Amino acid sequence: TDEWRLSCINKEFSVCPSYPPVVIVPKSIDDEALRKVAMFRHGSRFPVLSYYHKKNGMVMMRSSQPLTGTNGRRCKEDEKLINATLRPGKRGYIIDTRSLNVAQQARAKGGGFEQEVHYPQWRRIHKCIERFNILQESLIKLVEACNDQSHNMDRWLSKLEASNWLTHIKEILTAACLAAQEGASVLVHGTEGTDSTLQVTSLAQIILDPRCRTLRGFESLVVREWLQAGHPFQQRCAQSAYSNSKQKWEAPVFLLFLDCVWQILRQFPCSFEFNEQFLIMLFEHAYASQFGTFLGNNENERSKLKLPQKTMSLWSWVNRSEELSKFQNPLYEANSLVIWPSVAPQSLQLWEGIFLRWNRPSKFLDEAHEEMINIIRYNKELQAKVNALRRQLAEMETDDRMQENL
Amino acid sequence: LCHFFVQVENVRLLDRLSSRKSALGTLYLTATHVIFVENGSETRKETWVLHSQISSIEKQATTATGCPLLIRCKNFQVIQLVIPQERDCHDIYISLIRLARPVKYEELYCFSFNPKLDKEEREQGWKLVDLNEEYNRMGIPNNYWQISDVNRDYGVCDSYPTEVYVPKSATAHIIVGSSKFRSRRRFPALSYYCKDNNASICRSSQPLSGFSARCLEDEQMLQAIRKANPGSDFIYVVDTRPKLNAMANRAAGKGYENEDNYSNIKFQFIGIENIHVMRNSLQKMLEVCELKSPSMSDFLWGLENSGWLKHIKAIMDAGIFIAKAVAEEGVSVLVHCSDGWDRTAQVCSVASLLLDPYYRTMKGFMVLIEKDWVSFGHKFNHRYGNLDGDPKEISPVIDQFIECVWQLMEQFPCAFEFNERFLIHIQHHIYSCQFGNFLCNSQKERRELKIQERTYSFWAHLWKNRADYLNPLYRSDHSQTQGTLHPEMAPCNFLYKFWSGMYNRFEKGLHPRQSVTDYLMAVKEETQQLEEELEVLKERLANLQKSQLYDNKTEQRDRGKQLGTSTSNNSLANTPQEYSNDLKSFPSRSPSQGDEEDSALILTQDNLKSSDPDLSANSDQESGVEDLSCRSPSCLPSEDSGKDSDEAVFLAV
Repeated sequence: TDEWRLSCINKEFSVCPSYPPVVIVPKSIDDEALRKVAMFRHGSRFPVLSYYHKKNGMVMMRSSQPLTGTNGRRCKEDEKLINATLRPGKRGYIIDTRSLNVAQQARAKGGGFEQEVHYPQWRRIHKCIERFNILQESLIKLVEACNDQSHNMDRWLSKLEASNWLTHIKEILTAACLAAQEGASVLVHGTEGTDSTLQVTSLAQIILDPRCRTLRGFESLVVREWLQAGHPFQQRCAQSAYSNSKQKWEAPVFLLFLDCVWQILRQFPCSFEFNEQFLIMLFEHAYASQFGTFLGNNENERSKLKLPQKTMSLWSWVNRSEELSKFQNPLYEANSLVIWPSVAPQSLQLWEGIFLRWNRPSKFLDEAHEEMINIIRYNKELQAKVNALRRQLAEMETDDRMQENL
Repeated sequence: LCHFFVQVENVRLLDRLSSRKSALGTLYLTATHVIFVENGSETRKETWVLHSQISSIEKQATTATGCPLLIRCKNFQVIQLVIPQERDCHDIYISLIRLARPVKYEELYCFSFNPKLDKEEREQGWKLVDLNEEYNRMGIPNNYWQISDVNRDYGVCDSYPTEVYVPKSATAHIIVGSSKFRSRRRFPALSYYCKDNNASICRSSQPLSGFSARCLEDEQMLQAIRKANPGSDFIYVVDTRPKLNAMANRAAGKGYENEDNYSNIKFQFIGIENIHVMRNSLQKMLEVCELKSPSMSDFLWGLENSGWLKHIKAIMDAGIFIAKAVAEEGVSVLVHCSDGWDRTAQVCSVASLLLDPYYRTMKGFMVLIEKDWVSFGHKFNHRYGNLDGDPKEISPVIDQFIECVWQLMEQFPCAFEFNERFLIHIQHHIYSCQFGNFLCNSQKERRELKIQERTYSFWAHLWKNRADYLNPLYRSDHSQTQGTLHPEMAPCNFLYKFWSGMYNRFEKGLHPRQSVTDYLMAVKEETQQLEEELEVLKERLANLQKSQLYDNKTEQRDRGKQLGTSTSNNSLANTPQEYSNDLKSFPSRSPSQGDEEDSALILTQDNLKSSDPDLSANSDQESGVEDLSCRSPSCLPSEDSGKDSDEAVFLAV
């Protein structure tokens, strides 16, 4: 577009090791300025374009925290870059995925947040999305509760509550809905910009962009917003819930994202081209896979490991039609609208397909799913037959008429 | 709108979830309804509430904007009004208190409700569900069971029906003797009989055993039940109360069967709490549902604290136990609680539902409610507060049964012919008093009131609209529709879920925005039309081929005309594209109206509305439509609306 350009500034991963070689940045900012901005951002993750909403030109950017520190350091280029993304007279929102408290504490370690005086067109909003070990503990508690066969009804609900898993789901979805507010540009970041930031930006795209709700679209969303954006899969998805050793970097960030997608899918069962199985498959491959797709922590590592040369891509396997058909949602009808999920507790449910997979009898549910497929398949078959007959009839009639005219 | 005695203008109807949304309009009070008509809006949205649905009215402290009035309904609708003048508010409050608590049956809506059916249709309606036919279906009378006329003038038990089925060997003497030894003289009578193995479910009230009393006839009665099932040498006696409660009853000369006195019984307690515990539990759960913007913890903690799902599970477990005894062990079961009209009804009907696929059909379900609830004297009037009465008698007994059915539907999606909407409408009309079926406390009272001559039957009404209540996944030849259902027992507590479709029924924003049921029903309907068209096309093709053989010009011209007309007719009705236009309620099938920023894929309420016109007249089906987004952030981002206030809501969350 006229406002955005591709920049190869990160060609050799020289500016930001966790970014891909090519990123999208405002046209008015040159690479020299970008380098300066990178110095001002945690892990050099300078603001880049995450999503451009065609309908109204609203943009979503993501980055890491600015390194303001305790003495309120500034960076003119950073301010210029962020302001350059706003059309004249418009205001934007900076969504900090940490609570104000946490963000303030980050200053002591050299991090921080944007001071509104320096970014006058932007309003900062703090949303509290938990990180690392809190999420990991939550997952461990939840899985423990799901596997506990002994408790009665009461203990089940209190254990579900105590795990806080659904609380995290609610927080993430709420932040994503906020980021997706149409008509306002947003910049999303937490600390590193590799975890909660990506949850928010990718979910917002699912809400806004119908393409992200297709199979291919979702795959490319995962590639863009998770793999290329440098979510450290290797660190986060090493052990999952059954590990006793407390891995410092372990956290079910990607699983929470998939769970949130499932929650939206449950509320809009006809708006997604893929089904629950597709999400479960991605969860499995993120943790253990015969494919190289989710190995490493970022593009840089993957290219150093020569994964593209040495391993198969998950996508090439999944996209074969016989695999793809397993993941297709029979109810799918393209829906061009924005889909706003409800984040009320009554609307959010435990993702049984993942967490109760081995404990719940699924036979009857599977049968129901099959029945659904049959109903729709039969309908399509009939449609095809009717259309074929119609065509045949029409041809015969025109033949007839031609003969008549002769 | 006619004969309203009160009319107040400039009343504000608040949205419970979002303080920024409210509607200004006029409030009317009629003899039967509270009606709120919104000002200005083109559709003139109306909210109708039947007086008999009103559960409580609360007048809150007057504020600068007016006097708030909170109306809670038995179908879980909550209406918040702000009335400008304190005096008007008081008048309405006083009138509603009177109107919501009629003292005579004649004041109830069913006596004035007139669906414009002629006499014959009304009579036919009452004949739709016939219990004699039902016992015949079970295979009764037979060698072991017979109909008894001992209660023909309600002489033995005034809360039982005139026709009861008892073991053949139980003489009138035994029955009367046994009835004297049972609370409210509710002697053991047949509820369900399993043809395949002769095992049966009987029901009664508690015995008046105290600490040591015995009754020969009662012991003979239980013997007779055992003998009616020659394949088994004992029967289970299931007391659905917690053991403590049953023991406490002994002090009052009541109690439970002593295994030593009755030969060949196995006695079993299954602890379901009493109506008072259940009433409080529902109250607590509804408080959770009413929280303004609860956190996940508030909600889950509140839900657990209410104990509601624990009670649902207890009822289910009792039903599962009995169904197992009958189907797998082939043992007959006698079920009772205290009076044998609440927990006993719940448990017998859950067990029957698990055992017999017939009860999982639409017609069968009506029969089941008629059999285990209506005919056996479940006290509808007392439990659901139709007439002004003792508030301690009120309890959501049948609501719990209906929820059990829903929980089963969630676990067995293909097993039921009907859908969730069916259950919700039944719950609604149990409280609405729009039809006579659920009036009074017993068959005797209903006959005295001549209900069948003066009111209409709800079953006929449901049956007429049955297309709206179909479960698209149901197939009568599917494996889930055969034989007994075996739900998981003990450890799978997570199988029991909060039913937001019922308890947050009027907060549409909380529900899935697209309904799989409605989608599949639309597909099936289209399939049916395609099938028909296919036949027509095949026929035409055959004709055409035939006629091409005779190549006769005049004939062709004639036929050409015919074809011309029929083509256009068919294509009008049947091409898939045009068909999809007929699916008004399914915007996702014609997603081209991209202008709407809000993804208003509001399927359920559209359908609810069309499916039951009288329902939508009574209760406002539409009120939730615009407010859909309520708790979800979807209400936030309309481009023109003030962004700052939008944001404020978010920050507050």
